[in-house]
Amino acid sequence: MNQINRLREGGRIDRARTLSFTFNGKRYQGHAGDTLASALLANGVNIVNRSFKYSRPRGIVAAGAEEPNALIQLGGTESAQVPNVRATQQALFDGLTAQSTNGWPNVQRDLMSLVGKLGGRFMPPGFYYKTFMAPASMWMTYEKVIRKGAGLGRSPMERDPDSYDHLNQHCDLLVIGAGPVGLAAALTAARSGTRVILCDEQEEMGGSLLDSRELLDNQPAVQWVERVLDELAQCDNVTLLPRTTANGYHDHHFVTLHERRTEHLGETAPQGAGYRPTRSRMHRVRAGQVLLATGAHERPLVYGSNDVPGNLVAGAVSTYVRRYGVVPGNKLILSTTNDYAYRAALDWLDVGREVVAIVDARQAPDGELVAQARARGIRIIEGAAVLEAKGGNRVSGARIAAIDAEAFKVTGQAETLACDTIASSGGYSPVIHLASHTGARPSWNEESLGFVPSLVRGVHAAGSARGVHDLAEGLADGAAMAEQALEALDRPAGPIALPQVDSLREGAACAFYQVPHEKPTLRGPKQFVDQQNDVTAAAIELATREGFESIEHVKRYTAMGFGTDQGKLGNINGMAIAARCLGKTIPEVGTTVFRPNYTPVTFGAIVGRHCRDLFDPERYTALHQWHVEHGAEFEDVGQWKRPWYFPKTVNGKSETLDEAVARECLAVRQGVGVLDASTLGKIDIQGPDAREFLGRVYTNKWAKLAPGRVRYGLMCKDDGMLMDDGTTSCLGENHFLMTTTTGGAAGVMEWLELWHQTEWPELQVYFTSVTDHWATITVTGPEARKLLSEITDIDLDKEQFKFMDWREGQVADVPARVFRISFTGELAYEINVQANYALHVWTTLFEHGDKYDLTPYGTETMHVLRAEKGLIIAGQDTDGSVTPEDLGMQWAVGYDKPFPWIGKRALSRSDTRRKDRKQLVGLKPKDSAVVLEEGAQIVFDPDHAIPMPMVGHVTSSYYSAILGHGIALAVVKGGHHRIGETVYLPMVDGQVHQAEIVSNVFYDPKGERQHV
Amino acid sequence: MFHIYCPYCEEHREEEEFHPKGQAHIARPEEPEACSDEEWGDYLFFRDNPRGIHHELWVHAVGCRKFFNITRHTVSYAILETYKMGELPRFTAEFPEGSLSEKVTTEAEAMSRQEGVKA
Amino acid sequence: MSNLVAQNIRTFETHPGVEISAESPLVFFHQRSGAPAPCTESRVALRERALLGHLILRGGAIVLDEAVHSVLGFGLPAYPNALSRDEGGERSIQWLSPDEWLLIVPGGEEFGLEGKLREALGDAHYAIVNVSGGQTLLELEGEAARELLMKSTPYDVHPDNFPVGKGVTTVFAKANLILRRPTETRWELVLRRSFADYLYRWILDAGEAYAIGVEV
Ligand SMILES: [Zn+2]
Repeated sequence: MNQINRLREGGRIDRARTLSFTFNGKRYQGHAGDTLASALLANGVNIVNRSFKYSRPRGIVAAGAEEPNALIQLGGTESAQVPNVRATQQALFDGLTAQSTNGWPNVQRDLMSLVGKLGGRFMPPGFYYKTFMAPASMWMTYEKVIRKGAGLGRSPMERDPDSYDHLNQHCDLLVIGAGPVGLAAALTAARSGTRVILCDEQEEMGGSLLDSRELLDNQPAVQWVERVLDELAQCDNVTLLPRTTANGYHDHHFVTLHERRTEHLGETAPQGAGYRPTRSRMHRVRAGQVLLATGAHERPLVYGSNDVPGNLVAGAVSTYVRRYGVVPGNKLILSTTNDYAYRAALDWLDVGREVVAIVDARQAPDGELVAQARARGIRIIEGAAVLEAKGGNRVSGARIAAIDAEAFKVTGQAETLACDTIASSGGYSPVIHLASHTGARPSWNEESLGFVPSLVRGVHAAGSARGVHDLAEGLADGAAMAEQALEALDRPAGPIALPQVDSLREGAACAFYQVPHEKPTLRGPKQFVDQQNDVTAAAIELATREGFESIEHVKRYTAMGFGTDQGKLGNINGMAIAARCLGKTIPEVGTTVFRPNYTPVTFGAIVGRHCRDLFDPERYTALHQWHVEHGAEFEDVGQWKRPWYFPKTVNGKSETLDEAVARECLAVRQGVGVLDASTLGKIDIQGPDAREFLGRVYTNKWAKLAPGRVRYGLMCKDDGMLMDDGTTSCLGENHFLMTTTTGGAAGVMEWLELWHQTEWPELQVYFTSVTDHWATITVTGPEARKLLSEITDIDLDKEQFKFMDWREGQVADVPARVFRISFTGELAYEINVQANYALHVWTTLFEHGDKYDLTPYGTETMHVLRAEKGLIIAGQDTDGSVTPEDLGMQWAVGYDKPFPWIGKRALSRSDTRRKDRKQLVGLKPKDSAVVLEEGAQIVFDPDHAIPMPMVGHVTSSYYSAILGHGIALAVVKGGHHRIGETVYLPMVDGQVHQAEIVSNVFYDPKGERQHV
Repeated sequence: MFHIYCPYCEEHREEEEFHPKGQAHIARPEEPEACSDEEWGDYLFFRDNPRGIHHELWVHAVGCRKFFNITRHTVSYAILETYKMGELPRFTAEFPEGSLSEKVTTEAEAMSRQEGVKA
Repeated sequence: MSNLVAQNIRTFETHPGVEISAESPLVFFHQRSGAPAPCTESRVALRERALLGHLILRGGAIVLDEAVHSVLGFGLPAYPNALSRDEGGERSIQWLSPDEWLLIVPGGEEFGLEGKLREALGDAHYAIVNVSGGQTLLELEGEAARELLMKSTPYDVHPDNFPVGKGVTTVFAKANLILRRPTETRWELVLRRSFADYLYRWILDAGEAYAIGVEV
């Protein structure tokens, strides 16, 4: 066994279960219950990474989410790669494979550290901006080199074998953190019967009690934890979520929790009973009240070379020793500002290792822990601090001297003591990240020397999270704050019996952050504030000298607390240094805003099941199956899948889009085609005021439309710009069927309701969407009447059933409404049948259609045919800045209607009356082989100096098979009065196309064909 | 993600069910033709952007499809009240703590609806 | 096939007089991939009740309630988000909005029922719209049904918030549907035709962990 730092007993690991793992290509062993970090320390691995900017060797500093250095790349196979995992939060499993995130070619011998060694003074804050931004064109090249050296992990290049999901949760009280405070709170709330969720980011619930020296009810604290968890597990109203990090606090107590479900079991989820469980899960929690029992992060002191491996925060030493049975060194020096940290030295001594000295920044500390340390013979150096760590790849000693914290001066002669581990504690920062997400600014608490959260209504903080660090007080605070939350919910619970804690009396801590050095900060050894982002005290001092006074600006200039770090260890120290340099106090400098997420979240958990074929809804018509079976290529129209074209196989080769569309177009112009138009929006309108309402929302007149008739209508917004168009049929005197564009259906429905509910509630009318109820089949072409007559009992005689009439009858024995409207310019019938019968009607058409060469066509052909006729598509030929008059559609505007309909007033504004507005025209390219590009800009003078005045653009453009040349619709300034003029379209490749402005009706200008 | 009380469904629903529709209480001029271009432009395009209490029109799009108003604080995002079309807000810039006018009409309506239905 | 009633509304019998096979919106799914069958491990079961009659009622609660009572023998639900049913549970009415209800009856009944309701409603201002071709109904049952719903909808499906007799329109996956709980053990989902395939695939995917089985 090679676990040189593993203790023979103690801790919560299972020594009977040995697990193998690989780190940077080397195999090691650990035990069940280890984190990757504790296992690495057990094996004496000092260097776990290279630093981001200076490429310095780095070791493990902490034991939890606040760890700045041990960021690893997880995964033994390509598809299982996960970047940015904290080794301190990754449970060890057999076969785990991990690598350092940074370090090229490897962490032991790193070429990039050359930059760091040379660097120092060459890499001040803003280094990348200052050095590499000029010339700007070189940035891409610089970036590649920098990224290679200073990577932050990489994403997998293969498909993730795992699945992820979301769970929508609702509770009365969400308790975040299951340490002593959270457990007391959850227990209180559980007994009230309210719905409670308790989540905790660690592998095991219990928090600080898992490595506590204190006794609860005269027993090890863990026993109380187990009792409480047992009781909570029995409660139907309580949901326990271990391995679950509360990462984001959003509006109105919506909190996102990220549960790692199988990440402790293997690098991909194990195969279960026929399925693979989700690897991780996002809980989307809507809580009534939230209680933050998130504890505190211990602040390290900022001294010289405090990043050499072997420098840890004091609490982490206790955690490794007591929880994981690992002692990460042999000779310890503790540098502290408070009593609580003395426990690290006592824990160290308890397992038989040497404590060289405790260096206390205070004069004459006198708490009970201090007395215990003294009684056990530990040398305590008062009024002093570790100025500087010695050593390269591992701490070899510490320079210690008396200091004057207030004056920021070294006052005594430094002595160097040999050691391999330096633990430091500068106090405790409440974990206020989540409270900060709500927008509430934290406030400085002088007593506990930390920022405590300000709280919006419904949020409660308890225990260390609000600076109440004493265990007995924390337990009581947890229970009390839970009661406060329950009262707000009107579900008071009554007190629970709290365990008896024998607390030790602690002396006051002192405010001390950056340790002075004999040399000024800018000249002395690097003092790291934020190890993850390689931000030093000197960088912050320099930033303030360069004029950055706001802490938000200092943060951005130095990158302190950036990215996944979110300032967990360094923020307060950084503020203290900025405050010292600016001659202000910490509360005067203020704190930065923490943002979600608290720790990195895998994309899988964010996406959940919304991926692959479930990425977005796909809406199908009732005929979808037929389209698929007949080889349709599909086009996305909103969420609908519409047949785009139906390529045929000719001589073993599938037609191209152009070939298929040319064939489909000619079939409609010369024979008969059929289109699935079911996606059109359809709205049933009933009520005595239906007709009046139509007159107000459409620009044209509806007063005289008789039952049996259909009319085309334009719908504008009140700014006079076209919003949607479609036909509306009069079914009965008080009954209409409106159609909308496919994309506009939901918007038009909401629009009608908006006006009815907010402006004209007195009108008696109801709107109901029937889009999905009816399938719509368009039969169009010169042969349409003959074909349809074979399968319908409706009299199709052209005098009996005219253009813009509708009739009802049987089509293929199915009750149908048939509308004689045309979007192709040809004779056309739109057949509406209840969608469940659509396939029968459609296939019956084909049974009879053979002799007419009935041709199914898709949206592309539909577009070409309508463009040949100059018919617009709202949203393609219009863009919210086009009036009916710009479209040349004055015939569809009822200027003299009595009610001021929507859009009317705007049509008389000076701007809408301008003569040089962009107006819809046709464009005929001079070269008949040219099909203009949609979106191409139009100019009058191609020789004009750049920038040329642009006078319009192409909105639709196709090749017209029936005409034998390209056609386009375009908007051109004053276009209606420029028919016959030539315009120019300069293209990206230098070509300039010429086109003649023509009428937008290219084919059958008199419109005779649809009336036959 | 807001949590919004729909005054018609009479319960809180997730923001995903709603669409915001801009500032509330923008009445369309009775006689548009009598408006100057400037007045009409004001009606169409100009909206308040207060720091503090703001009244907004929303629709319960995935739900009862009814339009209603929200009084919302634009800094804290707290929703102070929601109220039906035709009702007046209790919380306003003048009365940020709420005016005294009780929602008598709402209660009366709720009563009549329940009495009206013989279950 | 159609009627012009006194109110100047044109009703329409959508069903053919001869035998023609009607297709539910899920036909395409079943042609394509086939659904998992129930097995002993199944903790949730899914079942389609296709081709029912779906009518939207719009109007004032009082007049509609009277008319529905007189025609069907049971009335509108008395509260928002509530569901009322006849004794056999075959016919149901769900509150959708203060002036809108969804009436679901056995397939084929809807046209006759609409006529009777219109007769009973006389001159009142109301609307009745047949939407039977545009919707289908799924039933979800089993111990894991609630958790499956929690994966899919942000609406709170805990029995405290979603007792028997409740029904809501809400977000489901990235679409929406009507979710209702007619009995202690059963959930009903009313889907729009065009979204049905997507939603069905979603439910089966989310239900894989519970060995979801489709009952025919
Ligand atoms: Zn609502």
